Amino acid sequence: MSETHPIGLTIRSGSKIYPGTQALKNVDFDLRMGAVNVLVGENGAGKSTLMKVIAGVEQLNGGAITLEGKPVVFADRTDAARHGVGIVFQELNLFPNLTVTENIFVGHEKTIGGIHIDRAAQRAVAAALMKRLEQDIDPDTLLGSLRIGQQQIVEIAKALAENARILILDEPTSALSAAEVEVLFRVIGDLKRQGVGIVYISHRLEELIRIGDYITVLRDGVITGARSMEGVDIPWIVSNMIGSASKEFPKTENHALGEEVFRVEEISLPSPAGGYVVDHMSLSVRAGEIVGLYGLMGAGRSELLECIMAQHPASTGKLFIGGEHVRERSVSGRIRRGLALIPEDRKRDGLVQIMSIRENLTLSSLGDFTRGFHLSLKAEAAKAVEFVKRMAIKIASLEHPVSSLSGGNQQKVVIGKALMTGPRILLMDEPSRGIDIGAKAEIFRTMRKLAADGLGILFVTSDLEEVLALSDRILVMANGRLTGDFPAGAAAADVISAATPNLNKVKST
Amino acid sequence: MSSPVIAQGSKVAGPSSQTSMLLLLLKMRTFVALILVFAFFAIAAPNFLTGANMLIISKHVALNALLAIGMTFVIVSGGIDLSVGSIVGLCAMVAGWLVLYGIDLQIGWSLQLNTLEICLIVAVVGVFIGLINGLLITKLNVAPFIATLGTLYVARGAALLFSDGRTFPNLAGNPDYGSDTFRVIGSGTLFGFPVSVWIMVVVALAAAYLATRTPLGRHIYAVGGNERGAALSGVNVDRIKIFVYMFSGFCAALVGLIIASQLQASHPATGETFELNAIAAAVLGGTSMSGGRGRIGGTIVGAFVIGILADGLIMMGVSSFWQTVIKGLVIIAAVVVDQVQQKLQSRVVLQSQA
Repeated sequence: MSETHPIGLTIRSGSKIYPGTQALKNVDFDLRMGAVNVLVGENGAGKSTLMKVIAGVEQLNGGAITLEGKPVVFADRTDAARHGVGIVFQELNLFPNLTVTENIFVGHEKTIGGIHIDRAAQRAVAAALMKRLEQDIDPDTLLGSLRIGQQQIVEIAKALAENARILILDEPTSALSAAEVEVLFRVIGDLKRQGVGIVYISHRLEELIRIGDYITVLRDGVITGARSMEGVDIPWIVSNMIGSASKEFPKTENHALGEEVFRVEEISLPSPAGGYVVDHMSLSVRAGEIVGLYGLMGAGRSELLECIMAQHPASTGKLFIGGEHVRERSVSGRIRRGLALIPEDRKRDGLVQIMSIRENLTLSSLGDFTRGFHLSLKAEAAKAVEFVKRMAIKIASLEHPVSSLSGGNQQKVVIGKALMTGPRILLMDEPSRGIDIGAKAEIFRTMRKLAADGLGILFVTSDLEEVLALSDRILVMANGRLTGDFPAGAAAADVISAATPNLNKVKST
Repeated sequence: MSSPVIAQGSKVAGPSSQTSMLLLLLKMRTFVALILVFAFFAIAAPNFLTGANMLIISKHVALNALLAIGMTFVIVSGGIDLSVGSIVGLCAMVAGWLVLYGIDLQIGWSLQLNTLEICLIVAVVGVFIGLINGLLITKLNVAPFIATLGTLYVARGAALLFSDGRTFPNLAGNPDYGSDTFRVIGSGTLFGFPVSVWIMVVVALAAAYLATRTPLGRHIYAVGGNERGAALSGVNVDRIKIFVYMFSGFCAALVGLIIASQLQASHPATGETFELNAIAAAVLGGTSMSGGRGRIGGTIVGAFVIGILADGLIMMGVSSFWQTVIKGLVIIAAVVVDQVQQKLQSRVVLQSQA
């Protein structure tokens, strides 16, 4: 095996220390060329750090890297790129105001004489890359007008344009539709045959088993398992990741559902391009019920939640909480009426990164600690401590910036903030996105418990397994419309076909 | 006295104690700068340390500090207010007009006002311009820089129109109307300190309280830190932004009143480039131009550093051209040191966790 897949890059006793954590402890890692090297581990296990070290974004505090037998030190990302290491980050590093071509060549423009950008040559290469990646994207399109999945493809094209010999993909499928994932996997197979060494990071275990040739499992900065993918199964990965058997989905606790607590009628959001992003959606949630809203990217699910949370002044429709019409047009008014949203993008929408954990937790509930003008810091801190305990958030101090926490713990802060407002309805947009299995399981357990306490939960997800396992009822959206309504235990195939109503039409054209 | 426990403690702190001392110095840098500047002029400038001089400096500083307090909130919220200097000028002219002429009712009568009424009207003018700034920025989506640049011109022009560019002289007021107390604002003293300094102290304390102990203050920091995140958390972002510009306008109105009263005259060019000094004081005090970070205490110290530097250099007979150069260098140095501190701080945290 090792003869057909020569080792391209090695790390020996690599250590990396961050504020708050030691992310890598004496890690030994071999990267094999012409193969997919899978990296897996819980959030904060150190896989992102390991990947950043390989890509030159971060430097080791101790240990050594060798590239094709020679010791190397990557000063920065450009240096690593010169050595043939390309990386596609989970959070896209692109410029929405530039075209696809300009994005692909940012930092290494094709020039004539070092000054004049050779637009024609760049466009030709970009078009060729798009063809190779099977994407029907005009290289002159502004990046900002592309879907997230397409933007991800552009990011990959960017790495390919630099002739990467080693390509690192960090959660490349988290924003992709099923069809786009297939394209990506074909591209990966293609690259493998060309001898490119691929480092592949993902939380989707089935995906890893399918695509990987070698697997490295990390836990708390230590490698707990490294082997060829042959014979690897999910229990093996999970036990190495968290040290115990799978606990991802808690058993459904049977509890009686209450009265209808939340209803939306005819919610619509016109699209700037004509038509509707959200097309006359109506749905209802009962107290104690978890309703899963499934659909593909761009189905209008997030937009629906945003309409409910008063983010789109142009939206129309009616909301009812406990049978009473909600007329408030402001976010704070709707929070007061018992709505709370866990946004999809923690960094952008969920948290104020430079504020402390305490300040983030209480941001929506400051009124509870205020008499007249005066904010009681004591009452605030007490409440924050209570929620840190309740949500089992792992922190060193309430006063540390929230950005020092791992993704899972940040998500718990966001949920804690929402729960502190005492909601009757919890809207959750991809609550498990970018979170490791351990934290995921905790968040699912929390959702179950909240539902058992009588909260109505409407959650959006793109993960089929998740929606099937967690929901008391499954709603499916496509093209802004409700296309399916299934009870718990529905067949996966039915849910999928409801999510892709014009699949046949697309195929026939 | 030196118990083994203490010895052990100092041993543990040993390797990093030098850096942590340095870090402490850097954290207190504005304060350190203040002490250094003060000590320097105490030695180098004759008569610097006299009580009379201290009072003069504190009166100068009070003006800039007041503007800088308002500016700090604006910058923390993620904006900028370039119009404060012009608001000072306009408010001084309004005050002058009211003291001299009162309000002409167009029926051969005029309404004469006492000092309190004049102050209230002037404050309303300042707050109103702040409101316009806020509305432009929130409802009409104009970038703060542009919106306040526009009101900078409009307010300055309005100030010139008030008197056709002339100065309102002899604002002594009239005892019959109760406006003879107008000059107290600028030249009166209370417990030995100028009234203007007391105004600054009161506004500073109120602002510091507002920043740290009220939901409003917290919301200002949240809006500056992540506007979208704050909005989704139920913060009324527009209201917060409008407030900070209104507060900044209010601070500028106070300064306009104080200057008109101090000089007993109001000139339409009053307050030109004051906005830059206010921004400088806020930045010197550690306010981040990208929003979300800054403290009222830091801003006050920053205003004192700038004020003492300016007056001290004058007393030493340094040419005003050199003064300008030095002021610029100090501001740049402050921001550079700020960067160094943040880098060092993260390194110290790293070491402590290794």
